[in-house]
Amino acid sequence: MIPTTYYIVLSALLFTIGALGVLIRRNAIIIFMAIELMLNAANLAFVAFTRMYGIIDGQVFVFFVMTVAAAEVAVGLALIVAIFRTKHNIDIDQLNNLKG
Amino acid sequence: MTTELILFFSLALIAIITGLGLLISKNAIYAALYLVLNFFTIAIFYLLLGGAFIAMAQVSVYAGAIMVLFLFVIMILGAEKLGKSNTVAWQRPVAIILSIILLIEAGYVLFWRTAPVQAAQTLPDGFGGPASIGNVLLNNYLLPFEITSVLLLVAMIGAIVLTHKQKTDKEV
Amino acid sequence: MILSEVATHGLDLFFLVPWVVFFPVIGLLINMIFGGRMSEKAIGTLASTASGLTFVIATLLALSLRTHPEGATVFLAKWIQIGTLNLQWAFRVDTLSVTMMMVVGGVGTLIHIYAIGYMHEDVRNKNDIGRYRRFFVFFNLFIAAMMILVSSDNYLMLFVGWEGVGLCSYLLIGFWYDKDLLGRDSIENAVAGKKAFIANRIGDFGFLIASFLMFWTFKSVEFGKVFEMAGQIASENPGMILAITLFMLLGVTGKSAQIPLFVWLPDAMAGPTPVSALIHAATMVTAGVYLVARSAPLYMQAPMAQTAVTLVGAITALFAATIAVGQYDIKKVLAYSTISQLGFMVAAVGMGAFVAGMFHLVMHAFFKALLFLSAGSVILGIERGHHHLPHAEHDEDDEEEIFDPGDMRNMGGLRKRMPITFWVYLIGAIALAGIPPFAGFFSKDEILAEATGLNKTAYILLVIAAFFTAFYIARQIWMVFFGKARHEATAHAEESPPVITVPLIILAFLAMVGGLLNFPGVHTFTKWLEHTYNVFHVHIHAGEFNPTVAITSTVLALIAVYLAWLLYGRNPLKKEEPDPLRKILGPVFVGMNHKWWVDELYWAIILNPYIALSRFFAETVDWTFWHDWFHEKVIAGSYQWLSHVLLSQIIDLGFIDAIANGLGSITKKSASVLRKIQTGYVRNYALSIFLGVVLIIGYLIIK
Repeated sequence: MIPTTYYIVLSALLFTIGALGVLIRRNAIIIFMAIELMLNAANLAFVAFTRMYGIIDGQVFVFFVMTVAAAEVAVGLALIVAIFRTKHNIDIDQLNNLKG
Repeated sequence: MTTELILFFSLALIAIITGLGLLISKNAIYAALYLVLNFFTIAIFYLLLGGAFIAMAQVSVYAGAIMVLFLFVIMILGAEKLGKSNTVAWQRPVAIILSIILLIEAGYVLFWRTAPVQAAQTLPDGFGGPASIGNVLLNNYLLPFEITSVLLLVAMIGAIVLTHKQKTDKEV
Repeated sequence: MILSEVATHGLDLFFLVPWVVFFPVIGLLINMIFGGRMSEKAIGTLASTASGLTFVIATLLALSLRTHPEGATVFLAKWIQIGTLNLQWAFRVDTLSVTMMMVVGGVGTLIHIYAIGYMHEDVRNKNDIGRYRRFFVFFNLFIAAMMILVSSDNYLMLFVGWEGVGLCSYLLIGFWYDKDLLGRDSIENAVAGKKAFIANRIGDFGFLIASFLMFWTFKSVEFGKVFEMAGQIASENPGMILAITLFMLLGVTGKSAQIPLFVWLPDAMAGPTPVSALIHAATMVTAGVYLVARSAPLYMQAPMAQTAVTLVGAITALFAATIAVGQYDIKKVLAYSTISQLGFMVAAVGMGAFVAGMFHLVMHAFFKALLFLSAGSVILGIERGHHHLPHAEHDEDDEEEIFDPGDMRNMGGLRKRMPITFWVYLIGAIALAGIPPFAGFFSKDEILAEATGLNKTAYILLVIAAFFTAFYIARQIWMVFFGKARHEATAHAEESPPVITVPLIILAFLAMVGGLLNFPGVHTFTKWLEHTYNVFHVHIHAGEFNPTVAITSTVLALIAVYLAWLLYGRNPLKKEEPDPLRKILGPVFVGMNHKWWVDELYWAIILNPYIALSRFFAETVDWTFWHDWFHEKVIAGSYQWLSHVLLSQIIDLGFIDAIANGLGSITKKSASVLRKIQTGYVRNYALSIFLGVVLIIGYLIIK
């Protein structure tokens, strides 16, 4: 039996990689993918704890997270398409119109 | 070293490598493919942890639906690569340093602060199966379940509205 | 049935008494509201009817008093209730008040009728129906106020009437407020009205103080309560009774035109003649006499006040009589005569001869109203004559237009032109002169007879005054009606129409036979008034006939008439000829003519210093000191400094604005620095969130 700690450590590593992806990539689509990675890291931790305590609710939460992620991706990608139509670019550093 | 551990570490290695691949690959298509691989490994982890339904959902929803969507968009837009840009160059080192600090914090919490990990319990039959999940979902979580259906509907309408081409568009 | 009841219980109609006030009020309201659509005749008839109805009511009350001589108090409404002060509208019906009501109602009605004709003919009227209506509204208002005055049950309600008649007097003296006697544009009449009002105010002040003192002392101003307590209070606090009665005397001198406040009455002749007759001869000016007669129980407790009242009256009687001798204006002579006769009455009621005073009041109302109305008839007749002169002589812009129809020097020989007026005037004059058997003889003689026993000084003064009275009225008769006309207009004068002469004839009849009211030995009037006085245990004299006094005064009057004949009758005054008395008396006559310079004296010692003082206060104290220096320099200056320098420059700009501006510039500067954080790069924002997560977790760990 693998200790839950290992899963959590893996989850933390994947989460950090995802966060780093959000922070250092400029491609809006890749940023989205990084966000999906972070969500998956969190889901992994949920499932690990579900196994540890034997309570099914964690998996139900994962289910909800997936739903939200799907919705988010649908809307996010639609936004990217809309932005691309006007800017012909998906470099999010180009989207700095709100510069102070 | 049990086979379980070997499996875990090799899968973990794949997961981290694919994650890093996502992080550093220049081409968005490669990034997407790395992520698909990552999702598959995570699905296997779910199976190891007794979440059979979740693992299937992971494969079909994430690796299947979501990533296909990503690939479609990348290919439609034809924007898998970005040109060079040196905007906010300081961002990258700062982000890396902060990430390391976060990892150190996580490691500190996990290894020095928490109590020793307790042995995993033996699971009841059918744990994590569609029946058990469905039972909880449609009893204890009926309202959130319904709300997610509305959420999905809204997202669908929103996506359609956002991508819908106006007839007055200059491209026409 | 009703008659039999009347026979057994007598007439008891006291409840009707409020109608003596209501009828004239109704009359004036109708005239005010509907008068605009009514003809002159309708307006006058309505007003006269209202006045006549009050006389009917007064007569019914008098008849009721014959069987119920104790009278009654008729409660109408509550008025003021503050603490112990409990005032009500209540009417006192007794022989005294009903006497006054009958005089006011009777003489008032006759004068109303007379005024219908007079106001129509007044040169200043010029068919101004609005003015005509206003005159009768005022006249009815006067009747109402006078009725309140005489019928009240307490001093404050009396004061309401007292002020009301004063107001009507003011309104009617200044009735032609925009024209003078001759119809020219002028404010003389308004000034005369103002003078009357102000002089009356001084008297009213005395009355008010008397009322306040009375309430303070007696805790009531009701006649009944006050008079009942008078004896008790007088023994406890004689000074207070004296003060009340003396302040009341001030009110009397104002209203009844006695020294020192008599100066307004001659000027009051500026009003239309019916006004002079009704208000300034027959009724209103007798209010003071009535007040003293009404307050008899109080005056009986203050012999000093009685003496004061007597002397004021007697001196006024003589003083005014001498002035009357020197006047040329037909109405001015009568005005001073009125003051003089009022002096007789005041002296009489002052010395305690209340019946004699009231008797003379009634007789005087008859004959003086008669004289005034006849004088008005004379003036109208001359004006008619003036109107009929050849047109060239009274061109609108002619200098000769300045013609005073009231100046006796323009008259003469009117006996032939105006026979009715002459005869009634003669009757009034004989009555005034005190020649038997006319009304004036009995009343004046009664006063003189009483004076012999009560106050010798007053007796002497009054006898001399009576002598002058006979002289000036005889002088007037000869100047006006005998000799030759001294002016074209007089030569063409015409007799007045019946609406004017009929009231004159009625009054003349009353002036002839009025003496029967209190004929020596019968004393109807004395017995009549006794009922009122007996209630408060005031003993009134029976008015004994004194042959010595009667013969003395009659002889003196005849001598005076003879002297007048010598001076004015034997050699009638010629045109432009100075008065024969002037040659004989010299400066004394000038003094008489100039009213002994009383007006000038008042100007010199009171009005001019007062005006100078008010100028000083207005110009120096108020304007120079208060406005220019204190307001402008001190208050405005310091306020300027406070606002412009201290508050504006230092506090507002230097402090408050500095804070506000400082906050603004700090915000601006910090914003210009902080806005650089807002790079617009989403990744930067994500980084800051990440930084926050790291820091918070670090904080949680360290904690």
